[in-house]
Amino acid sequence: MKTIDLVKALDLKIYSGKDFLNAEVSGGYVSDLLSDVMGNAQEGQVWITLQTHKNVMAVASLKDLPAIILVKGYKPDEDTLKKSEEEQLPILGTELDTFTICGRLYELLNKS
Amino acid sequence: MQFKYKIAGGDFTNAGNASSAVKKILKQLNVDHVISKHIVVALYEAEVNIVAHAYSGVIEVNIDENQIHIILDDKGPGIADIDQAMEEGYSTASPQVREMGFGAGMGLANMKRNADKMLISSEPGKGTKVELIHYLKPDAG
Repeated sequence: MKTIDLVKALDLKIYSGKDFLNAEVSGGYVSDLLSDVMGNAQEGQVWITLQTHKNVMAVASLKDLPAIILVKGYKPDEDTLKKSEEEQLPILGTELDTFTICGRLYELLNKS
Repeated sequence: MQFKYKIAGGDFTNAGNASSAVKKILKQLNVDHVISKHIVVALYEAEVNIVAHAYSGVIEVNIDENQIHIILDDKGPGIADIDQAMEEGYSTASPQVREMGFGAGMGLANMKRNADKMLISSEPGKGTKVELIHYLKPDAG
């Protein structure tokens, strides 16, 4: 399943990186601690978080994650958006809380 | 081959830039993807530690055909008790740094897990020196 399929199925907002939605998504990782993601997320997992600052882009890019999903309507900072375009790594968003979006994503990925 | 990067303490806007540059170099050198991932995790944590705790620092990356040897030398408060700092969950990070999702006390543990060899020496009040060694050939370690 590709990032674009997630966007459609979960009705995600695209904040940035709309031209880079073709990466393959193998799973997800949920954390608001950057070292936790650095240490434990796996390549191909979308990162679900409420952190909106620029450093999430560094972590996501270093870990080769396909996209970031911000929860509860949180919006990325201006310099985060800029970095996202530079890194060609999309930031997506949902109004749902973490529990709900994770449940839906889990269901979606395990159905396909 | 040697690369050097200057790191400014407190500059979270640029945190990760050195790690990102090194990741690109490793890719150009065709370093094994799995080894490269380990290097990048350890280096990023070490880089962020300089940004979060020190006043300034220099990262020196030495690459030869057998290993990548990274030396991170900072001017900063130093670490009084390295064993305590190594304990997972222990952190002296400020509340502002924690709010960003850093300072969970996982950095040094991540570094140790991902490096083939890690050496830390520190002089409280002066600074800290961290060395990370990764072997580039699977049987070298």
